[in-house]
Amino acid sequence: MDRIAQAFARARANNRAVFVAYLCAGDPDQETSLAACRALIESGVDLLELGVPFSDPLADGLTNQLAAQRALDGGMTAAGVFALVHRLRTEFPELPIVFYTYYNLVFSNGVGAYVRAAREAGVDGMLTLDLPPEEGAELSAACAQEGIKTVLIVAPTTPESRLPIIARAATGFIYYVSREGVTGVRDSVATDMPAAVARIKAHTTLPVVVGFGISKREHVAEVAACADGVVVGSALVNTIRDHLADRAGIPAAMAARARDLVAGVSRSAVPGP
Amino acid sequence: MAVAPAPAPPASARLSLPDSAGHFGVYGGVYVPETLMTALSDLTAAYEIARNDPAFQSELRHHLKEFAGRPTELYFAERLTAHCGGAKIYLKREDLLHTGAHKINNALGQALLAKRMGKKRIIAETGAGQHGVATAAVCAKFGLECVVYMGAVDMERQALNVFRMRLMGAEVRGVEAGQKTLKDAVNEAMRDWVTNVRGTHYILGSALGAHPYPMMVRDFHRVIGQEAKEQLRQREGRLPDEIIACVGGGSNAIGIFYDFLDEASVRLIGVEAGGRGIKRGEHAARFEGGKLGVLQGSKTYILQNPDGQIELTHSVSAGLDYAAIGPEHAYYRDQGRIGYAYACDDEVMESFQLVSRLEGIIPALETTHALVHGLKRAKEMRKDEILLINLSGRGDKDVNQVAKMLGVTLR
Ligand SMILES: Cc1ncc(COP(=O)(O)O)c(C=O)c1O
Repeated sequence: MDRIAQAFARARANNRAVFVAYLCAGDPDQETSLAACRALIESGVDLLELGVPFSDPLADGLTNQLAAQRALDGGMTAAGVFALVHRLRTEFPELPIVFYTYYNLVFSNGVGAYVRAAREAGVDGMLTLDLPPEEGAELSAACAQEGIKTVLIVAPTTPESRLPIIARAATGFIYYVSREGVTGVRDSVATDMPAAVARIKAHTTLPVVVGFGISKREHVAEVAACADGVVVGSALVNTIRDHLADRAGIPAAMAARARDLVAGVSRSAVPGP
Repeated sequence: MAVAPAPAPPASARLSLPDSAGHFGVYGGVYVPETLMTALSDLTAAYEIARNDPAFQSELRHHLKEFAGRPTELYFAERLTAHCGGAKIYLKREDLLHTGAHKINNALGQALLAKRMGKKRIIAETGAGQHGVATAAVCAKFGLECVVYMGAVDMERQALNVFRMRLMGAEVRGVEAGQKTLKDAVNEAMRDWVTNVRGTHYILGSALGAHPYPMMVRDFHRVIGQEAKEQLRQREGRLPDEIIACVGGGSNAIGIFYDFLDEASVRLIGVEAGGRGIKRGEHAARFEGGKLGVLQGSKTYILQNPDGQIELTHSVSAGLDYAAIGPEHAYYRDQGRIGYAYACDDEVMESFQLVSRLEGIIPALETTHALVHGLKRAKEMRKDEILLINLSGRGDKDVNQVAKMLGVTLR
């Protein structure tokens, strides 16, 4: 079993959802970013979604845009992202790492070469935000070749008719974006989320995770009750933003924030339905 | 050894591009977040019905005539012709359209389509402000809510157009991200669309982005070439020898070129922005320093660094200051059917003044790129040849900026 599937199996066995944490690689610099990721993992995060900073992140809200900008300003490059993954992979051999990226970064020097480099660094999966399955054949083939899993998004606007197409293209898990809109913290979880997760599950045996805008432990618990995993991004990125003046303090702040949120994934803590 | 280019596909195949998924050969396509996929396929379906609906076409023709002022004149530029001493120069006067540029052709078409689709809120991006002004105008006319995204740098260099948009009731939102120009405005418009997709139509302003935009925007501008072809037939009894247009995203160029693609004797040339010269970050000539990539919905030529980060661009003209080119242009360049050149800022400043003085026509800085190359070509061409230049817009919006660059204080 691959690292992604193992993480979901472990969580299931412990009656909890997988906690997926997002950070932008290199935000605000390589060493702080590594330390922040380490803090997340040591606080119980099950799967790391690593944003590859892009100059034009059109699916991202201001929080992630600024994070990508900080990373690029801090000198992050493609080689730097792979080096960061390699160090995490060495320290945490079982941790699943998924790239959260935009297609030009994957495409511009050849999809095959990029995916091979990603696999060699220790990447387990790829979520390419601006690559719908209709255009994804080349990346899917390269990922299959290298044993990297594909992660695809389902949105509230996705009609029933597209679900089989998306389900066919996904090999790692499916990510349900519970809100229309760009990334960023929201005040509540969308009410139709459980029904949407069930709708997706009718088309796939892959795990379904839910994300976009989750920032409170109660929301984590709400999602954990009906999905296989919970994604938290902007709330963690904001922790970096809030400590830019004290970079050495970022790992401790990140650990505290993550521990609070991770506590929400345990289903035994929630009264059963 | 260079591989011989593939023979051009037969006319019927060529003119049926893009394919149903929006591909022009390897270019184009639909590269957007999942949230927008349904909006784009709904748009494609609605457009397909509208383009085949005589009622839609006649309504569009009506507004193009009464509101926009079509047909535009084909003007023989006698003094420019004499100045160059070569080919006869004709100018297709899109600058005479309401709001001052070709952009209104597309804005009207898409606004009518939005109305049909029941969308009451319109968003748009703008660089030079011409597309924003055109969109603001059609939204005022049809009673639609209008939000225009514009880079903060462009808002400053095109302050007059910002005020025009606001006068017509549009909300202009400044974009502070990235380099604060056209590309960043497109990102912000797409973010708005992702967030408000159900009730909003995005009137994209050039032959760019995800399918169906490059095709749809082209179709709405085809009228430029159709009119020019007929006007020249009446005036000269023949086709032009060469047609030149400036290329930002590529809408005015593909609009005037399209009905000549199958006329093998007609040379077609697009002119990109050479900025301060072809050095990284100093220009916007995608075919000079760019490579194949994916940006803002489409696979095409893009100015980017070795990692695939989008490069900074520069042009004296906000409307050409953009890192990607419309996918159909990339296709016809590969085919060898359309050639591309570039013009630099200093040449543009010179021709801007020359054309104003010789013809009494102040061209837009974008348009002036076509004129720079056109004047060079006219000199090289024979006197019995005909050169057609698309005068895509007027320069009123640019006079403040030009005055500043010339060191003239206006009060
Ligand atoms: C007058 C004029 N011409 C040309 C352009 C460039 O756009 P396109 O290449 O789509 O025609 C602009 C864009 O703002 C413009 O205002």
